[in-house]
Amino acid sequence: MPPSIEDFFPPVVLFANTPFALNRVELVRILVVIVLVLILWLGTRRMKLVPGRAQVLFEYVIGFVRNSIIVETLGEKDGRRFMPIIMTIFFLTLGMNLTGVVPGLQIAGTSIIGIPLIEAAIAYVLFIYAGIRKHGGLKFFQAALFPPGVPWPLYILLTPVEFVSTFIVRPISLTLRLLMNLVAGHMLLALCWAATQFFLFTLLADGNFLGLLGIGTFAFGIVFFLLEVFVALLQAYVIAILTAIYIQLAVTEEH
Amino acid sequence: MHNAFLAVAAANDNPLLPTVPDLIWGGLAFLIVLVVFIRLVIPRLNALLDARSDAIEGGLKRAEEAQAGAREALEQYNAQLAEARAEAARIREQAREDAKSIRAELVEAASAEAARITANALVTIDAERKSALVSLRSEVGSLAIDLASGVIGETLTDDEKASAIVDRFIADLEAVDRAQEAAKVKA
Repeated sequence: MPPSIEDFFPPVVLFANTPFALNRVELVRILVVIVLVLILWLGTRRMKLVPGRAQVLFEYVIGFVRNSIIVETLGEKDGRRFMPIIMTIFFLTLGMNLTGVVPGLQIAGTSIIGIPLIEAAIAYVLFIYAGIRKHGGLKFFQAALFPPGVPWPLYILLTPVEFVSTFIVRPISLTLRLLMNLVAGHMLLALCWAATQFFLFTLLADGNFLGLLGIGTFAFGIVFFLLEVFVALLQAYVIAILTAIYIQLAVTEEH
Repeated sequence: MHNAFLAVAAANDNPLLPTVPDLIWGGLAFLIVLVVFIRLVIPRLNALLDARSDAIEGGLKRAEEAQAGAREALEQYNAQLAEARAEAARIREQAREDAKSIRAELVEAASAEAARITANALVTIDAERKSALVSLRSEVGSLAIDLASGVIGETLTDDEKASAIVDRFIADLEAVDRAQEAAKVKA
């Protein structure tokens, strides 16, 4: 069964023909949310001043997002305001990404456009809201579209570029970067496993020694598996830190 | 609503177009996790961090207090030590004074004793000398008269004459003696 775009549109299993139609991907997402909530609940349930091993690991991960992504970008004060949303973006993306490599699930919750689009929209609304809240609407758009320190004729060129890059490209690139990384990852992995299946259990079983190629495709599968784990972490980091950076750019005094 | 849903569902095979259930379930997932972070994780995390920084600050404060206490005790100890040193010096000084006065008393007593002994000795010597002089006077007188009698060939039996001569002689002797003593005292 070769991988195809159909993988991302599995048949509906529940609530068909309603807005709440559930397919395999949505079930995987629900599972991710349940596991994530469980981990967060258990991880924060009995936190001690002097942490045990599990708490050290939990605090390390949360502390990484808190300090390296949020506080270092936004500072302590703004960081605290936007911390829940940015943390949600990071951990939800991470959880949804990782299901792409979990055996049995093997489809990333973020490889369907819904979640990348929602997160990009939230980041988009968030940085515009933060900028308007900080500077007022007029000043914010002025600073964003007419960067100071430039001779005015250049604005003819610069303002459309700034508009496109800030207000159009940012949300699109946030969405597509996450979506396409996970889609491509799924394709690669599924191709490797499907090829291995075909070579080892169809060709080799028929006595065709070309089937030994399956060993190679299996090795590639392992390599891509590790790569996808890395990509899952990296893309969660990227979308969280880009959201933080967009907010930070919107709230700084001068661009 | 139903028609809109069907329209989106018709574009099912385009991965860039979201379906309504996709957006609904994705949005719900985001909301649930966001609520967990707002209501559960962030407050607990902040409480923990605050408690921890409190504990660290409290520890620092306690250490500071302990240090201050130690410093106070050291100062007290130093003060006591200085006091004890002064006391010791005072006692030593007192002892030195006492020793000095005791020594002076002893010296005084000894010199008084010595003076007394000397005076006694002088008195004794004087008495001895006087008695010696008395006996000498009688013996020397008779001896001298015997000798003189022998020399001049006459008997100086006349007692009056004899005693006059002897007295003169003795007086001379005494004068010489006194002159000698005076010279000795001057020297």
